[in-house]
Amino acid sequence: MKNPIENLNKIFDSRIRLGIMSALMVNDEVNFNDLKELIQVTDGNLASHLKTLEENAYVDVKKGFIGRKTNTTYAVTKAGEKAFKAHLQALEEMIKGMG
Amino acid sequence: MDNQQEHLNALQDIRQMMQRSNRFISLSGWSGISAGVCALVGAFFAYNTMHRQGYYTTHGYSGKAIRGEYSLVSLINEPLVIIAAFTFVAAFFLAFLFTYIRSKKQNIPIWGITARRLLFNVSVPMLVGGMFILRLIQYNVEGLVAPASLIFYGLALINASKYTLNEIRNLGYAQVVLGIINCYAIGYGLFFWAIGFGVLHIFYGVFMWWKYERTDAIEK
Repeated sequence: MKNPIENLNKIFDSRIRLGIMSALMVNDEVNFNDLKELIQVTDGNLASHLKTLEENAYVDVKKGFIGRKTNTTYAVTKAGEKAFKAHLQALEEMIKGMG
Repeated sequence: MDNQQEHLNALQDIRQMMQRSNRFISLSGWSGISAGVCALVGAFFAYNTMHRQGYYTTHGYSGKAIRGEYSLVSLINEPLVIIAAFTFVAAFFLAFLFTYIRSKKQNIPIWGITARRLLFNVSVPMLVGGMFILRLIQYNVEGLVAPASLIFYGLALINASKYTLNEIRNLGYAQVVLGIINCYAIGYGLFFWAIGFGVLHIFYGVFMWWKYERTDAIEK
């Protein structure tokens, strides 16, 4: 029998990473501060989770400036979108399987 | 079972985050109700003013006797313009207040990205409409002021509905339809205005409160 847990993506285990991906899926791009407000985590915490997603090529980072202040924006990559959708599919199947 | 609950929670988180990150969902029903009440009070004063000054004839608002282009300065002294300005400021203030209170309860920043996006998308049609209406008044085309304000406001709501609670789209359609009908019933502007900005807002506010906020109120 196929084990549906195999399809769950380990990277999306964390609630924060799941939150980041959800926000990026429905917006073209979101900057660091808005992500922080949405997910309500500390700078360091958010940065480290974003790093993980970046290393897995799930998000794209764009560094820019607004005036003199840095403005870093994040967007989901094609691979990230695919992985996230697969993860959702797996979650759905698991719930159906158990119910 | 525990596992299932966990996955359900994860799905719920995702859904909530998707909604919270691109729509401003703190619009309160009370905002609609209070704006509607302001509009009705404003319409009442406007009606009285029109009567006193003899603007209002048996077939409606006849326009001013003086012809020619109004200057911006003379407009500031027009009682109807003053009433309109007060009504707008009061309605905006109260609508903002109730939405602010709700956003605090929901822990959503009032000046976050979603709120800014919503405000921008409401403002564009509103400002364009405002400039257009100003020219209508200056050229003595008062009969089209109420229809134009209903139409532009309706379009602003339709435009904004993509960035907030979906139901506001229907309110927008209703305002546009009223405005169009009013175009064919020139002279009854105040009546249509009171229906659109007053009655419809109150109906919408009550509906939204019933749908989204009633349960919160009961829990308390």
